[in-house]
Amino acid sequence: MNVAELQKKLLAAARTNAPDDRVPYAFEKRVLALLASRTGADRWVWWTRGLWQAAVSCAAIALLLGAWVYLDSATSANTTDLAQNFENTLLASVDQSDQAQ
Amino acid sequence: MERTEAELIAAVLRGDAASFEPLVQKYSPRVFATARRYARRESEVEDIAQEVWLKAFEKLNSFRGEAPFEHWLMRLTVRTCYDFLRRHQRNRESAFSDLTGPEADWLERFVARPETASETAEAAKLLVGRVLEKLSPPARLVITLLEIEDRSVREIARLTGWSVPLVKVRAFRARGEMRKILTKMATEKYL
Repeated sequence: MNVAELQKKLLAAARTNAPDDRVPYAFEKRVLALLASRTGADRWVWWTRGLWQAAVSCAAIALLLGAWVYLDSATSANTTDLAQNFENTLLASVDQSDQAQ
Repeated sequence: MERTEAELIAAVLRGDAASFEPLVQKYSPRVFATARRYARRESEVEDIAQEVWLKAFEKLNSFRGEAPFEHWLMRLTVRTCYDFLRRHQRNRESAFSDLTGPEADWLERFVARPETASETAEAAKLLVGRVLEKLSPPARLVITLLEIEDRSVREIARLTGWSVPLVKVRAFRARGEMRKILTKMATEKYL
């Protein structure tokens, strides 16, 4: 069998067979409906993604601050106690009046 | 008054999705005709056309307006068809032993007297469809565009996004692949 000739004939057959360009009824309406539903869905996706990103950022900041406070209190435990200093300052006048009596 | 394509596209980009409808209506016949070259089932053809239009809507802001909208859309269509071929390669492994009666008759007539086997015969059209289905996706795309639609190499490069040398290499390989399939068909049928 002459394969080259067969190839030529079959390609010629394909060339004579132009595809149908028929469009299903109301196809454009279907596309527009699909686009509308996707736009609505996209808005929800945008919000959900934004909220998730915000939640992750907040959690990361909370963790960092927690770690910072923990480490800071651990290193400054033997030096100054902020609470104690605050109390001393606040009650300094009371202490002085007690000592005067 | 009927709005021009540029006006419709500008309106869609401003958020008026309804202006997309006339574009879908005008160019869908071309999209469907192209999709029917690569997909046999009507449901698959519709899926391709739908995907083309959804992509066109999403990527409309990348349309520069330097070339006609139709060219831009056809590039998108051909690339979507290529993606479809790559996703659906199921028919490539089937054997030629299941040729229908008219197809086998046409082939026998060709073997006996090639000039009597007409290329306009329905059997020849079905047979070539069968052969094309067995080609790899790039081979099928390049054979369709180059040999069947009679497009130039440069045009194919523009449509597919491949370089000109790549189109030439793929066309060379595709012809070889097709010959190999036809040889296999002849061997299965006559040995």
